[in-house]
Amino acid sequence: MTLVYAITIAAYVGCGLYMMLSRHVVRMILGLTLLTNGAIFLIFFSGRIGSSMPPVIPQGSDALSADAANALPQALVLTAIVIGFALTAFAIALALKAYRSLGTLDVREMKAAEALGAPDAPSSSQTVTNHG
Amino acid sequence: MADATALLVLWPVLIPIATAALTAALWKSPVAQRRVGLASLALLLVASLALVWAVIDEGVIAKQFGAWAAPFGISFVADPLSAAMIAISGILAFAVGIFALSDIKERHERAGFHPLFHGLLAGVNGAFLTGDIFNLYVWFEVMLITTLGLLVVQRGRAQIDGALKYAAMNLFGTILFLIAVALLYGATGTLNMADLARILPQMEMSPGLTASALLFLAAFGIKAGVFPLFFWLPASYHTAPIAIAALFAGLLTKVGVYAAFRVFTLMFEMEGGALREIVAVVAALTMITGVFGAAIQWNVRRILSFHIISQIGYMLMGLAIATPVAIAGAVFYIVHHIIVKANLFLLAGAIKHAAGTDDLRKAGGLLKSHPWLAVLFLIPALSLAGIPPLSGFWAKFLVIDASLRVEAWWLAAVALGVGALTLFSMSKIWMEAFWKKPVLVRATPRTVPVAFVVPIALLGAVTLTIGLFADPFVEYARTATAMLVDPTDYIAAVFPGEAPVRTVEYPAATQGAIE
Repeated sequence: MTLVYAITIAAYVGCGLYMMLSRHVVRMILGLTLLTNGAIFLIFFSGRIGSSMPPVIPQGSDALSADAANALPQALVLTAIVIGFALTAFAIALALKAYRSLGTLDVREMKAAEALGAPDAPSSSQTVTNHG
Repeated sequence: MADATALLVLWPVLIPIATAALTAALWKSPVAQRRVGLASLALLLVASLALVWAVIDEGVIAKQFGAWAAPFGISFVADPLSAAMIAISGILAFAVGIFALSDIKERHERAGFHPLFHGLLAGVNGAFLTGDIFNLYVWFEVMLITTLGLLVVQRGRAQIDGALKYAAMNLFGTILFLIAVALLYGATGTLNMADLARILPQMEMSPGLTASALLFLAAFGIKAGVFPLFFWLPASYHTAPIAIAALFAGLLTKVGVYAAFRVFTLMFEMEGGALREIVAVVAALTMITGVFGAAIQWNVRRILSFHIISQIGYMLMGLAIATPVAIAGAVFYIVHHIIVKANLFLLAGAIKHAAGTDDLRKAGGLLKSHPWLAVLFLIPALSLAGIPPLSGFWAKFLVIDASLRVEAWWLAAVALGVGALTLFSMSKIWMEAFWKKPVLVRATPRTVPVAFVVPIALLGAVTLTIGLFADPFVEYARTATAMLVDPTDYIAAVFPGEAPVRTVEYPAATQGAIE
């Protein structure tokens, strides 16, 4: 079973990395989410999938029973999912804004920051016609 | 330990978080936000200095959240290194807050400048204080999201473009961080740094742990802007408004360096594998590429952005050599650099204001029109280049001295050469902006606002103090290093009344993860 988990994570991370290499911003963001999911799976499986007994201390006892599930990875995964969600939402909003103000989602065409104060161009932020 | 002392560890995070919430609640009134923000920064400065005082007085201070004993709860730990970082960020935040009064326009404030600014400070201080590796990841994300927000408070084309490039690389970096944490947790079953410091030295470096260490190095490397992972930095820093860029330049990359120091002294050993050689080569290349990148630029902010990178190399050099002398030098270097680099960015803002441009080819004549600005520029500029008796000289001296002691000649040679080239860049700014005859003669000289001059003078005074009275600061850096190299005090503070080796019984949940 561990091998299946490992292959799943590898597939997620591999696809994510490949997508991140794209010049297209939307593909890049998709790659980012795949990578995040790969990392989340990794945390989850790092905590070992064993028992599924809820980690609740039974009444009258003052310690967990020996076969309770490990609750920590779930807490970590929950945090990571929330953060990943927020950052993905921000990245998509940023991409949308970039498309509206720069008119492209191809990173090769995005040179507005590069042109601002570039050594070989006049320091007008509107000039985007350098660097061939 | 008195409870009030333990609470000191929380104030540097609580104050900015509360201020971020409060300023967000005051969204409609930028004036009220400004007042609340400045009062909070003053309070933060006091709290930060109080923390350093307490740490000098009592040693390492730890606080467990919700009274959950370590390693189950989240710990906040202030050792001398974190306390110094907190104090220096407190000073910097206060100075930048004053500068922002004139620099940040109302449209920036309406776009959420104040909540984001304080949110960033909370993230930075949280990262310095936390004693839990997953919590460190969370603070990194707090920093990242607020940074992205600050980059786009001015919604121009260049800002959007810069933010997108910043986002792509740094989001990737935090995912690497998350993967490293997952591998570490899988191998050790704990996330508490003090607990890891007890467990890891006894463990064999398995492939999982080695991968984890290298991923930590890459993740912090992206954050710190080291070669070859620095390209997001010069692509974005120069687009932000000056006050924001100064805060980024002072703090953000240094959080990455701090995290690397924490992880690679407390948890992983620099000796293992080829880690040390990798870091040494990366440090040298970071210094060289940064300084040459700066040499061809004509825009003040771009020159300074590249110099952040080259200076990071010096700090990493200390980590690569990894002797106590070298680490002490690097700690001193970080403290000195935060102040100097932010001050230079503030000065870039003043130059831009006085000359009407930040393109050096079009500026000039400021020596005649703003002589005091020239003096204030010389302090951080010469300090950055390492001219005695300023703070940068001692910082470079300590690091290079350490490299000579371990006979790393090539590293010392690179550091000295890069120092000379730094002087070239600084004298370029001096010659072009201050010395040269003005290209355009103005009928009425442009005055620089008081809110620009006060923080520049304040940070200049800090630089002079560190330079002229270097001894107590070096001594402090040595104390901090002693605690980094030998984490007994750190562990003892987090686990009061426990033997250094783990003997407590762990509930089944964690036990299952270890086996």
